[in-house]
Amino acid sequence: MASPIEQFTIEKILDVDLGVVDASFTNSSLFMVIAVGLASLFLIASTREKSLIPGRWQSMAEITYEFVANMVRTNVGTEGRKYFPFIFSLFVFILFGNMLGIVPYSFTFTSHLAVTLGMALVVFIGTTIIGFIKHGLHFLSFFLPHGTPWFIAPILVPIEILSYFTRPISLSLRLFANMTAGHTLLKVFAGFVAALGIAGVVPLAAVIGLTGLEMLVAFLQAYVFAVLSCIYLNDALHMH
Amino acid sequence: MPQFDPTVWSPQLVWLIITFVLLYLLMARVALPRVSSILEDREFRISDSLRRAESLKQDAESAVAAYEKLMTDARAKAQDQVHTVRERAARDAAKRHAELNDRLSAEVAAAETRIAAARDQAVGELRGLAVEVAGAAVERLVGEKLDSSAVSNAVDGAMREHA
Repeated sequence: MASPIEQFTIEKILDVDLGVVDASFTNSSLFMVIAVGLASLFLIASTREKSLIPGRWQSMAEITYEFVANMVRTNVGTEGRKYFPFIFSLFVFILFGNMLGIVPYSFTFTSHLAVTLGMALVVFIGTTIIGFIKHGLHFLSFFLPHGTPWFIAPILVPIEILSYFTRPISLSLRLFANMTAGHTLLKVFAGFVAALGIAGVVPLAAVIGLTGLEMLVAFLQAYVFAVLSCIYLNDALHMH
Repeated sequence: MPQFDPTVWSPQLVWLIITFVLLYLLMARVALPRVSSILEDREFRISDSLRRAESLKQDAESAVAAYEKLMTDARAKAQDQVHTVRERAARDAAKRHAELNDRLSAEVAAAETRIAAARDQAVGELRGLAVEVAGAAVERLVGEKLDSSAVSNAVDGAMREHA
């Protein structure tokens, strides 16, 4: 029986060495390309006709758009318009990565810490830069909320700094852990199906149920990642 | 776990950057402007249709008001005309009635005079006849011809008695 974590193995498809960095095309890269391709196909091909009365696909594209647009509007406000394409791309990228991972024999690139931490760091560094551009050094007062009594400051400031710097870690770990745990669990139950013979219908039913749950998690984690990015962006734009 | 093998980190990050930038460009340049133009277009069409419907409704309401005014005017005019016609008819009828009455009473009067004349004539003739019959009867009974003036006096007396 294959190990439940074998599914996370990175396999090189094409060796690409750029000297300092290894840029090999792997199974992870392949599924990133597939996710981008499917997401673009979904959003671009479905809206080609620009129908006044949308068809099923166009309707889904519109719903996705409005879903993320509302998310940005409620969490960031009108100033978030500029960053809407980024949040939208982030949401769609993670959603398609998560959903593709549920397909048997596929690879879940969001189950790798490198990918989730990469995205989380982009959000973290990006929002920090935006905060400094917008408020200058005044942005540092973010660590000392307005109206705090002076004697609490020595305790509060380190806590605020710590909580700020753990943001990219919690953001990336949440997605990575959810995807890894879910897929491992699926694989463990799937292993029981083969091992138990006729009694394997019981874990098979569990796998079916878990697949539904995984779809929910796939959507929810993409949503959580996007919402938290919005909240961090809002903090950078409007402070506390 | 393969996730914690640092040798596979760099290809993942390189391809994450490549694919994510590609997705960002496709979304920001093509997909999102298109969807937003669809939504704005629809919004515009809906508000435009609503505005047009509102103005049409107002038109319809003013048309209904004009129609109702026309109807009440026409009704009032018709009532007026009916009233004048009825008055004139009543006046005409009264006039004709009076004329007919006059003519009928005149005819009645003429007929009465004719009847009186005819009766007088008949009574006159009756007297002559009575005198003759009485003369003839007395002559047959008595056998002698009586004086005609005596007979006529007697007849006159009898007629006066029975009149």
